[in-house]
Amino acid sequence: MTNEFQLAGYLAWKEIWRNKGRFFLVSLVIALITLLVLFIAALGEGLGNGNREYLSKLDSELIVFQENADFVIQSSRLSPSKVNAIRRVDGVAQAGSFAYASAAIVVTGEAEPVKIALIGLEANEPGTPTAVGGRPFRRNLADEVIIDSNTAYRSKLNVGDTLVLRTSQAEKEKTYDLTVVGIAEGQQLGLQPTIFVPIQTWEEVRPKSSAEIGNNSPTPNVAIIKIMDGFTAEQVRANLLAEIEKIEAGTLQEVIEALPGYTAQQSTLNTQGAFTLIIGILVIGGFFQIQVLQKVGQIGVLKAIGTTTPTVAIASIIQIVVITTIGVFIGALLTFLLSLGFPPSIPIVFNGFTSLIAIIALMAIGPLGGLVSIQYAIRIEPLKALGLSS
Amino acid sequence: MITPPALQTKSVIKTYQSDSGTINAVDSVNLTVNAGEFVALVGPSGSGKTTMLSILAALLKPTSGEVLLDGIDQSGLSEPQRVKLRREKIGFTFQANNLVPFLSARENVELMLKLNGRLDKEGKDRSVELLTRLGLGDRMKNLPSQLSGGQQQRVAIARALIHNPSLVLADEPTASLDTERAFQVVETFANLIHEQKRAGIMVTHDLRMCEFVDRVLQMRDGKLIAEYSGADQISNFMANTRH
Ligand SMILES: Nc1ncnc2c1ncn2[C@@H]1O[C@H](COP(=O)(O)OP(=O)(O)O)[C@@H](O)[C@H]1O
Ligand SMILES: [Mg+2]
Repeated sequence: MTNEFQLAGYLAWKEIWRNKGRFFLVSLVIALITLLVLFIAALGEGLGNGNREYLSKLDSELIVFQENADFVIQSSRLSPSKVNAIRRVDGVAQAGSFAYASAAIVVTGEAEPVKIALIGLEANEPGTPTAVGGRPFRRNLADEVIIDSNTAYRSKLNVGDTLVLRTSQAEKEKTYDLTVVGIAEGQQLGLQPTIFVPIQTWEEVRPKSSAEIGNNSPTPNVAIIKIMDGFTAEQVRANLLAEIEKIEAGTLQEVIEALPGYTAQQSTLNTQGAFTLIIGILVIGGFFQIQVLQKVGQIGVLKAIGTTTPTVAIASIIQIVVITTIGVFIGALLTFLLSLGFPPSIPIVFNGFTSLIAIIALMAIGPLGGLVSIQYAIRIEPLKALGLSS
Repeated sequence: MITPPALQTKSVIKTYQSDSGTINAVDSVNLTVNAGEFVALVGPSGSGKTTMLSILAALLKPTSGEVLLDGIDQSGLSEPQRVKLRREKIGFTFQANNLVPFLSARENVELMLKLNGRLDKEGKDRSVELLTRLGLGDRMKNLPSQLSGGQQQRVAIARALIHNPSLVLADEPTASLDTERAFQVVETFANLIHEQKRAGIMVTHDLRMCEFVDRVLQMRDGKLIAEYSGADQISNFMANTRH
């Protein structure tokens, strides 16, 4: 058996070496498929991440919604008194109001204002984004803003700069100057450029109809809960539902999955990735099949002079694995190099785990595609060497 | 104890079923070839030469009969045993597709030793020596595609002999060669078979090549119909036969 492996390795390698050009071309095809699959995976990861990143980075376990909001932030309204009641529930360590609105910021050099998600949060409560540059909020009413890194990239604003927010107040456009106090790393909501302001400021600057003007108490959409040590999310959820009327509470994962379009988007991209892999298997399979058909005489001679069938099969497998590995390696390298040149506004995220799964799947396309050709090579009769068919 | 002949067949029959009935491609063939003897197998197209050669090569199982190689019957062996027998005891040259296209001339010859797990320094030296003897001293690193038909055929001869097989089989070794090359190749082949004391069988439709053999076996309709040995009989046969 050792001799068979040595021999198979020798034959496989010599054949690749003496047909470098042809085999390299196949590796390149595999490299391109790899590039495509890894980019689709990264795009899926990027989109999913962009949608969920604010939520998934929260230092919180539960989010409380208005009843029947089905865990959709925009369809939920909680009165401030309810948030206070939530704070008193057994097992709740902290609860922060979260208020959402759409708005626009004026960016110098851009003709159109940039549409953004405007989020109001309570200082020193869960929900405030972790600022990588600058500092968090200190008060609930201050002309301060923390901007997401993507907003910072689009607007070229830095800590200490002034951000110009434009909203409509009773059908009139009004602008507000806010000082950027912090920049948050990757904490967009729903793939939109996102800015965070203290909750009272939010109430002042958010778009309002004439009826709403003059109302000074903000209505949050949801409350972000941090639970006490020693309690499980399930216990606290049960307490909340028992003590407070007309609410529902979801874990972060439940809320992420309920994000509008999130599941559909992810499954679309996963299907695309799977189809690319299947096309890869067919292309590679086709190539190896054509190759083995051209090699009938050669394999016949090898078998006639005493090469065992396992040796022939192992040699084919070694070739396929080597060619696939080289292709996937080149593809991964190309993907990496290309990703360096991508602007941050394109949501591409290379997740180690997802990429690993993709690479394992890609490594399988060669052997899977080559299966038929190996089967065929195994069945070639040595009599073919004599120009006979049996 | 008497040493058995290198090759002996006893009532070998190979039948094929076809639409028009049963064909006896090889019909009760008894033949013996001794070590150091070079034999030609001739006959018209369809007479059963290739089928016979395939059976002797352990590539095809006879329908009945015995094929004794060094006194041991190989007709009943399992496929793995036949593979082993082919690489240890038999040397081949084929009509076409002779060499492994991605191995150099020298690697093609050495492959036979590699297959048997005994490519050592001595084997490498012998390969070089044999190729040089066959006039390929300056062609050893060439791939088959860089060699002429005659050169390829000579590499195949070296491959057929390098592992000291008991039986050397050649199927139409001159089919793709011009007359001058054909004579050269067969003459060298005959010399090596005689020197190295192998049992050699060559299938050929070119009767002029019988000049270099010790014996001619003539087939028709699967049967061995005549045998000519000695220079006189053979040259008579060559002068009087037209295929
Ligand atoms: N696989 C096969 N199936 C059916 N008939 C065959 C097969 N191989 C050979 N034959 C027949 O056996 C006879 C001998 O063929 P072959 O050995 O090729 O003769 P030769 O080599 O002398 O031309 C022919 O009639 C041929 O048609
Ligand atoms: Mg024939």
